[in-house]
Amino acid sequence: MTEPLLRVRDLKTYFVTEHGSGTARAVDGVSFDVLPGETLGIVGESGCGKTVTSLSILRLIPEPPGHIRPGSFIEFAGRNILTLEPRELRAVRGNQIAMIFQEPMTSLNPVFTVGDQIAEAAIVHQHLSRRAARARAIEMLKLVGIPDPQQRVDHYPHQMSGGMRQRVMIAMALVCHPKLLIADEPTTALDVTIQAQILELLERLQAELGMAVMLITHDLGVVAGSADRVVVMYAGQVVEQAATSELFAHALHPYTEGLLASVPRLDAPTALARGRLHGIRGQVPSASAWPDGCRFHPRCPYAWDRCREEEPPLLDAGGAEPGVHTVRCWLLTEPQRRAKSPPP
Amino acid sequence: MTTAPLVDVQELVKHFPGERQWLGLGRPRSVVRAVDGVSFAIATGQTLGLVGESGCGKSTVGRTILRLLEPDAGHVSVAGSDVRALDGRELRALRRRMQIVFQDPYGSLNPRMTVRQTLAEPLTIHRLARGPEVGRRITALLEEVGLDSSHERSYAHQLSGGQRQRVGIARALSVEPQFLVLDEPVSALDVSVQAQVLNLLSDLQQRRRLTYLFIAHDLAVVKHIADHVAVMYLGKIVERAPASALYAGPRHPYTTSLLSAVPVPDPRSQRQRIVLSGDVPSPAHPPAGCAFHPRCPHPLKNDRCRTEPPALREVAPGHLAACHFAEQPL
Repeated sequence: MTEPLLRVRDLKTYFVTEHGSGTARAVDGVSFDVLPGETLGIVGESGCGKTVTSLSILRLIPEPPGHIRPGSFIEFAGRNILTLEPRELRAVRGNQIAMIFQEPMTSLNPVFTVGDQIAEAAIVHQHLSRRAARARAIEMLKLVGIPDPQQRVDHYPHQMSGGMRQRVMIAMALVCHPKLLIADEPTTALDVTIQAQILELLERLQAELGMAVMLITHDLGVVAGSADRVVVMYAGQVVEQAATSELFAHALHPYTEGLLASVPRLDAPTALARGRLHGIRGQVPSASAWPDGCRFHPRCPYAWDRCREEEPPLLDAGGAEPGVHTVRCWLLTEPQRRAKSPPP
Repeated sequence: MTTAPLVDVQELVKHFPGERQWLGLGRPRSVVRAVDGVSFAIATGQTLGLVGESGCGKSTVGRTILRLLEPDAGHVSVAGSDVRALDGRELRALRRRMQIVFQDPYGSLNPRMTVRQTLAEPLTIHRLARGPEVGRRITALLEEVGLDSSHERSYAHQLSGGQRQRVGIARALSVEPQFLVLDEPVSALDVSVQAQVLNLLSDLQQRRRLTYLFIAHDLAVVKHIADHVAVMYLGKIVERAPASALYAGPRHPYTTSLLSAVPVPDPRSQRQRIVLSGDVPSPAHPPAGCAFHPRCPHPLKNDRCRTEPPALREVAPGHLAACHFAEQPL
């Protein structure tokens, strides 16, 4: 097996809440790998911890109120990120690991031209001269498909549309040819035709530059189209992990099942499309009070006594290779219960 | 349709004057044609899905119908009343029959009011209930939208996004309207909650025989709830048809591209994705001819598209499209 590029083990990122009402366990024991060159999709709803996970990898968690708990382990290209000195950390951030954010409106600096912002990383990390960095910025704008890059390089963010700004963000992130790109909801704020453009661009750049991508999204459709493997998160934990085709064909965790059933499908026949959606009852619990036992049990249609009392570990679903499809659910030990109580 | 439609919109126009340059002293910028001659009708108990990307004018249509914005031209009738001709008092009376639910459940509830106060206000204004009857109505409303009476004393910030949207729906229903404008009612919600709210909207429609104008950017959501669909681009309807016909065989290349761009949660899906080039042009400077022509992927696109705006015409029974090549769809 190939050596993973990024190895996250038992990551716990907690926040002390303002009112002293306790600790929000936003990320609570998350483990996964990212292999070189692959796209890993991380899926979950608001508050599941997917963004905090990605910010922890870059050590961008504001401390206080947040802190990464001792015992957490994040290894990138053989080095433990969590013990790096600030100087060493700067050499990794924006250089070997880059990130693009959801809001292309607010993540660019309004008082610098897009050219300056793209060039900055090249000047800092690769010690290019201003002139060379500017040429590099133009080259990057061309790479991400912005027309007239010679003129656009001197424009300010407010002169560009949302889709253009997201392209600029991607150009900024890729200027140093990172080995890992973390894309946090890169298309959520965009219209669907622009989303298609950006997803296609990311696919093309990934193939050209051979980088790994961690694609964080709430949209199962985006993951189905782009990711090689998927990690599903719920309540600060990984609840299911599998190859994309396997996950969509044989989702085993009741939460994954529920998510898939919640999505209105464009590919469903119209007669069927008008039927009721099988949503998930209830709502996501608060990070300062996760339920006991399995964190999904209050919303789960199959839950029984054991689920309320004992927290399930990630169990192997018994695919071709061990550890390839894992599920945090007691149903794996008693599969006959699934047949007994079908989802509502 | 044999019966008269509940909502009838003819040639609706809403233009916004451009701001003046130089701190309001210079020449005015060009007019933004947000809604530029939109027509449709919705029969009682039916849902029209109004679809388009940001800036296409779909929300402005919803707001001009209710006269939250004054239309510049056109005819709007709701439940037999000519909405544009009404004076203030008559309009308030008609507002009982037509209500709106907004997209943002965070911004559309007053943070200083409890759920009970939010729901009591319309009942009082329209003199629908007094004294203990108000409390009974509120309890019934909350139950109808899937909340329990313990939420009555909550403020908006104490509720989740889904709960807030339920309060927004309860507020709209409190005056027993016949017609609801639903302006992106689920797009700010998580998928599992979105499904709950969509189910709720379908149940309410059946139980109360409501008529919906469902404004959304998500074609999959609209497919789930709409009987008819109208697709807007730069202030105009470019295609309008029964939902089944539109999804099975779109006639306008914009509709085809929109449909192909929606990601489908199935990795085995072999759909051909059409990626449109460029951005949506500014509605202050729509392109000449067919407004879609600079982005249009249709292989037959020619000079006619660049000069002659295509009319919205019937290309099959009940199926309208504004494309010179609607007979040879993509």
